[in-house]
Amino acid sequence: MRDFIDAFVSAAPQLWEGTVTTLILSLGGAALAVVIACVLGLAAISRFVVVRTIVRIIVEFFRGTSLVVQMFFLFFVFPMWGIEWDPYTTGIVALGLNYGAYGSEVVRGSLNAVPKGQWETTTALSMSWPLKIRRVIWPQAWALMLPGFNNLLIMLIKGSALAGFIFLQDLTFVTEQLRRTLDTFTAFGLGLVIYFVISLACSYLLRWMELRAQRRLGLKETKTPRTDKALAGGGTA
Amino acid sequence: MPTNQPIIRFQDVVKKFGPTTVLDGLNFDVARGERVTLIGPSGSGKTTILRLLMTLEELTDGYIYVDGEPLTHEERNGRRVARRPKDVSKIRRRIGMVFQQFNLFPNMRVIENVIEAPVHVLGKSKDEAREEGYRLLDQVGLKHRAEHHPLQLSGGQQQRVAIARALAMSPEILLLDEVTSALDPELVGDVLAVLREVAENTDISMLIVTHEMQFARDVSHSVMMFDGGKVVESGHPDKIFTNPDHERTKTFLQAIL
Repeated sequence: MRDFIDAFVSAAPQLWEGTVTTLILSLGGAALAVVIACVLGLAAISRFVVVRTIVRIIVEFFRGTSLVVQMFFLFFVFPMWGIEWDPYTTGIVALGLNYGAYGSEVVRGSLNAVPKGQWETTTALSMSWPLKIRRVIWPQAWALMLPGFNNLLIMLIKGSALAGFIFLQDLTFVTEQLRRTLDTFTAFGLGLVIYFVISLACSYLLRWMELRAQRRLGLKETKTPRTDKALAGGGTA
Repeated sequence: MPTNQPIIRFQDVVKKFGPTTVLDGLNFDVARGERVTLIGPSGSGKTTILRLLMTLEELTDGYIYVDGEPLTHEERNGRRVARRPKDVSKIRRRIGMVFQQFNLFPNMRVIENVIEAPVHVLGKSKDEAREEGYRLLDQVGLKHRAEHHPLQLSGGQQQRVAIARALAMSPEILLLDEVTSALDPELVGDVLAVLREVAENTDISMLIVTHEMQFARDVSHSVMMFDGGKVVESGHPDKIFTNPDHERTKTFLQAIL
């Protein structure tokens, strides 16, 4: 036991660094993925066929080719064309593109799931396309997107383990190394626990965001409206 | 600026959904300030007429004019050409619509629903729009619900908010598409009362699709009977409802009254 604690204490800094690397890749990748998902998802419902076709090609390409190969391509082939990124950037870009492509389908599906009557009413009120998306459609679609995003985020966190292939010492890489100093069970067991805790935290965060979004749509219990007070004060936003 | 120009003119309007022809060379005029009720069996294209005017459907052929101006297509050098979206939206702004399903925006409170378009489309100041919004909500009897979420309201209340929201855009033409059809019977009365008041106190031209024949009779200047994508007959409501010329109108009215 004493040996184990000593070994663990000596391994802790490495584990911490591995966890930080995994977190940087995951959060960076997720941030980029959300941006890409939103842009592609909105473009996917464009009224211009050309735009929709281009989006289709991009999405199918990044969904249909392996994440590892994409990472290798960015890391080994791009430098031949004079584009050289550090491993972190490469990892984040690869994760962002790949999961962004999946995410764009979540965005597209959610936008289409907003009832047709809502779209038609924005037309009847002469709202421009950017206005109707921003003020009416997106806030409703957002609540529908979050469960899908939640799934993808957890997959992305675990997918970040592939960064080991481009020499990043992430959590998976570190646990592999620790197998030599700690015993195999402990090393991989710690790995499982840390991944699980990260995923659980992210999952709870998104679940909370989902509930908040639903509450804003009046789908869940809301606080009692401040009718009387608001009216007496001439109304507040 | 009173003109003799019809506020709405349908000219040879054809609308097909795939192989089905819903409107087949339809012609009719609505005078400024006139309230017209469209009746006819389901599938006769009444709702399609409203949706074409609101640009929610595209014309297959023909022209629609609003106050003399072509809405979506115009004739240029003998050819039928689509108008630019910018021009379409300028005319569309003069038209408002209330839907069967109310369609309030669930992400906004009641008052925000009402002032959204006046502020962001018409560019009114928030204060001005809000003041006008409260006045309209008061008019439909829902000022005390201004800060509520739409889903906390009954169907009838939601529909009255939807009416206020449409009126907030000061439309010259108001389209009412079966606005009481989705409501429980006991809630219909309040909504119709609000609409009667609007009809009495404004000179907004209205196209009404409804199954409430008493209401149609009370508020409309004329009634148009549709069948098979054409106007079977039209005239004063008293005439159409009591002594229609056409057999088709008689059987239709017998079936629903």
